[in-house]
Amino acid sequence: MDLYREEILEHWQNPQNFGKVIDADLVIDQVNPLCGDQVTFYFKFARGRISDVSFTGSGCAISVAASSMLSEFIKGKSIKDLEKLTGEKVLDLIGGLVAPARLKCVFLPLEVIRRLRLYNGKTEK
Amino acid sequence: MNVQKIRKDFPILARKINGKPMVYLDSAATSQKPKQVIDAVEKFLKTSNSNVHRGIHTLTIEATEALDHAREKIADFVGVKDVGEIIFVRNTTEAINLVAYSWGRLNISKGDEIVLTIAEHHSNFVPWQQLAAENGAILKIVPVTKNGEIDEIVFKNALTKKTKLATFFHVSNILGTIAPVQRLTLVARRLAPQAVVLVDGAQAVPHLPVNISKIGCDFYAFSGHKMLGSAGIGVLWGRREILEAMPPFMFGGDMISTVKIEKTQWAELPLKFEAGTPNIEGAIGLGAAVDYLRRLGMENVRCYEQELTKYALEKLSKIEEVEVFGPKEVSKRCGVISFRIRGSSRQDSNNNILRANPSIPLRPSALRLRLEEINSVSREVSALYIPAHDIASILDSEGVEIRSGFNCAEPLADFLGIGPTARASFYIYNTKEDVDRLVLGLRRVQEVFGSVGKWDSRRKNKNNNLQTHHPTLLHT
Repeated sequence: MDLYREEILEHWQNPQNFGKVIDADLVIDQVNPLCGDQVTFYFKFARGRISDVSFTGSGCAISVAASSMLSEFIKGKSIKDLEKLTGEKVLDLIGGLVAPARLKCVFLPLEVIRRLRLYNGKTEK
Repeated sequence: MNVQKIRKDFPILARKINGKPMVYLDSAATSQKPKQVIDAVEKFLKTSNSNVHRGIHTLTIEATEALDHAREKIADFVGVKDVGEIIFVRNTTEAINLVAYSWGRLNISKGDEIVLTIAEHHSNFVPWQQLAAENGAILKIVPVTKNGEIDEIVFKNALTKKTKLATFFHVSNILGTIAPVQRLTLVARRLAPQAVVLVDGAQAVPHLPVNISKIGCDFYAFSGHKMLGSAGIGVLWGRREILEAMPPFMFGGDMISTVKIEKTQWAELPLKFEAGTPNIEGAIGLGAAVDYLRRLGMENVRCYEQELTKYALEKLSKIEEVEVFGPKEVSKRCGVISFRIRGSSRQDSNNNILRANPSIPLRPSALRLRLEEINSVSREVSALYIPAHDIASILDSEGVEIRSGFNCAEPLADFLGIGPTARASFYIYNTKEDVDRLVLGLRRVQEVFGSVGKWDSRRKNKNNNLQTHHPTLLHT
């Protein structure tokens, strides 16, 4: 039951950066077809960095908590740095033991970060 | 029915999950296998394994006889007299695809109508959706009523002279609803004289006495793995005259009678639709599964599962936060129980994100990377409920195995506006104790997710702490 630590449940109950950034530069949708979890991330960029980020969507406690934690982590980071973001780092952030069946939930927001690359070159204003 | 005796036939039920005796409540996804089925497969592989319909050596004759015998048993089990009408396929999905590709593409064209229900499994939805997208046929989708039954008034109104196919589930894999398939078929015959009727029997044949001849439909599909057989063997039954007129779905060995350079003659039914080496041991296992169910008697199976379902519905109704989908009356449903649990509602986060009014469009220059169109309106609602995936996860830690997600019927979830659900499903080896373990597990889920009051008080405490750290506005 390590997975459902208080911190995770807090993030599920009260996710950080939850909502829409109205003037977003980039919006990325991601779905986990396995369970129907869905997130939409909104990004604003300044000088190659993420100046603002938010997300909406619905999913299990684990994917919502992971999105919430990750959104806090990536704010202010450069896109280049985030390209190096590993799954292990995300698991570190979550801090709990994750059963193999739930890895997809944890990595749902990471899939979003991975797709930031596609926006390459358009982030400089 | 002696369930304790039945349980001894299923070796897997001795398993522990996370240190606790396993409670398997996912038989609607696939059933467990009794040793009689496992033994039959093993015996064949150890003593008679050979390819079928080929050569004249002893083994191949034994294998062919075993396959034919299995087919006869299966035909008899579902009330089919003409064994040639029983076509072995991989599963229900392949059976329906066979109909869609072979019969559908020959008989359904632009402007023709396909009538189906919103509660179809993806396997009886996507093949028709794709056919319609390909050739301009019209999909008419019949809703379910509040009680989870096919809306028969809409069904009647949907049927016209242009209807080429009417198709519906026999038992819904989400709602558990038993559809009045005989009546629906009769109605279709009367109002849509051109229509062929296909029944998806995947959730019915394992749990109910099924007599296909009595239903009066034209196609009936089911899977072996949901009825004690192994995966990779299923059945398409079709009316002989329709099957005779259909072109083969796949070409190759086994489905031919003669092959010349310029022309090939198809084999007789059922081989015409069974290209390539079939799943011989799977079919033999399914034959053994049918023997097993026969011995129990399908009336008894139905009766026992109905009693178990009644018990489960009563127990679940005592948990105030649990909402069960599907018919209230056990006589109208099988042992498939989809549900969700109300939790505390999501609070707005207290940071300074600009919150968009949904009616304000995003800046048009924003690049939108979409995987697929998302009906997020209905899914946002699911934040009010404990996510199905977490329910399944916590139950698993208690040794209780249930299914969560859209359960291969996403259009229904969207129609009901419910998002992913949790689903517990029963079979002959489940007991009232299993239901009790489920209920206990659900209590644990509720404990983990806490109540609204608990969360509120915690947040208040957190805020208090915050104030003591920032005593900046003190006035003296």
